Amino acid sequence: MAQDGPTGLERFINGILPENPVYRQVLGMCPTLAVTGNMKAAMTMSAAVAFVLICANIMTSLIRDLLRPHLRILVFTLTIAAFVTVADRALAAYLPEMSKELGPYVPLIIVNCIIICRCEVCASKQRVLIAASDAMGQSMGFALALASIATIREILGTGAWFGVPVMGTWWPEWGIMVLPPGAFITLGALLGVANWLGTMRSGKAATGEK
Amino acid sequence: MTLASELVLIAVGAAVINNFVLHYFVGICPFIGVSRRVDMAFGMGCAVTFVISVAALLSWTFTFYILRPGAPLTSWAVRSVTGKADATLDLSILNYIVYIFVIASSVQLVEMYVRKFFPRLYKSFGVFLPLITTNCAILFACLEIMKHVSVGAGGGAWGAGGGAAWGLAQAMTLAIAGGLGFTIAIVIMAGIREELDHCDLPEALKGPGITLLIAGILALAFMGFSGVDKTLSGLMGGAQ
Repeated sequence: MAQDGPTGLERFINGILPENPVYRQVLGMCPTLAVTGNMKAAMTMSAAVAFVLICANIMTSLIRDLLRPHLRILVFTLTIAAFVTVADRALAAYLPEMSKELGPYVPLIIVNCIIICRCEVCASKQRVLIAASDAMGQSMGFALALASIATIREILGTGAWFGVPVMGTWWPEWGIMVLPPGAFITLGALLGVANWLGTMRSGKAATGEK
Repeated sequence: MTLASELVLIAVGAAVINNFVLHYFVGICPFIGVSRRVDMAFGMGCAVTFVISVAALLSWTFTFYILRPGAPLTSWAVRSVTGKADATLDLSILNYIVYIFVIASSVQLVEMYVRKFFPRLYKSFGVFLPLITTNCAILFACLEIMKHVSVGAGGGAWGAGGGAAWGLAQAMTLAIAGGLGFTIAIVIMAGIREELDHCDLPEALKGPGITLLIAGILALAFMGFSGVDKTLSGLMGGAQ
């Protein structure tokens, strides 16, 4: 199969910032909003998503010649559901408290658009190694995005980071930031900042070329 | 607590207090993507409510009779195969795969039905009908039902058994009220966004950015509903 498009390394780097799944493609919003109340939950969630994304991408890439166009989405979701069951059971066995805190959001990884999108766009057309490095890049990007939101929300909301107090006792805990409204407002503001930085950079590049 | 008051509490809880979109963050993708015009938002809300109800009916049936620990059909099958009177089989590891299969096939059925009998409605939905498969709100409703059905024995098939486990009545109430809550949220958002078209927004905030900021303010407003359930249950408890 002829290799087209970027190489594996380029795909890995692309996933982290230039094509960041949350800020650039606006995918996978549900977990991004739901589990970013504190850093521990956000990092556990990123690890679970990374595991499922990498496994599903490798599996889809292995069976790519057997896929039929009209059934492919169903095959993707069933593959993902199998790996999510593995991740969910492992979490419940080794980190029972975290599993309770994340609640339904671990099984909801099944319908996470990032994973279906990567299976469709990349893994169903590329070799295994390329698909795996693409998945790693995308999951790194997802983890970075979750970390940025969770950092802001946890520090503003509770004055702590990873549960360790960082702001001192003078900080009035801004409780609304760890509640649902804080999630929407933080992500909305961060998306605005990301877009603004993006247009500034592309504007500079355009004037530099002239 | 009687069955009727339990159902009222479930409905109010799912529709406004713990709104699917503004409290549990499920169904955010259509909430951002299809909330540009009020009529489209309302159509999407109706489609989601319908699919949630069908998926909830099917997933409750599968969970109650086959998947949960000690389910009647599975126990009967295991006992007749092994010949032991006390053999049981826990199939709950298959939950997620069965749910996603049920959702995908019910979306397919709804799509075929609407295309055959309501061609004009089908045209106005366009690409959004198949996209409902990956709407987390539907899987979320199935998971909530699973959580309440698997808690243990008790609870008759129609929900009047008085046990801890949910019957069909509770499951359907949760699904329909949840879909209604989704419709309320997406229609309010579409109404606000129609007005936003006339505003002078910063370029960077256009699209998802401003939608999320407004959703934050909406979520603040919906937080005002918390506590309504306690008052309601107090009222109904006093009436008995």
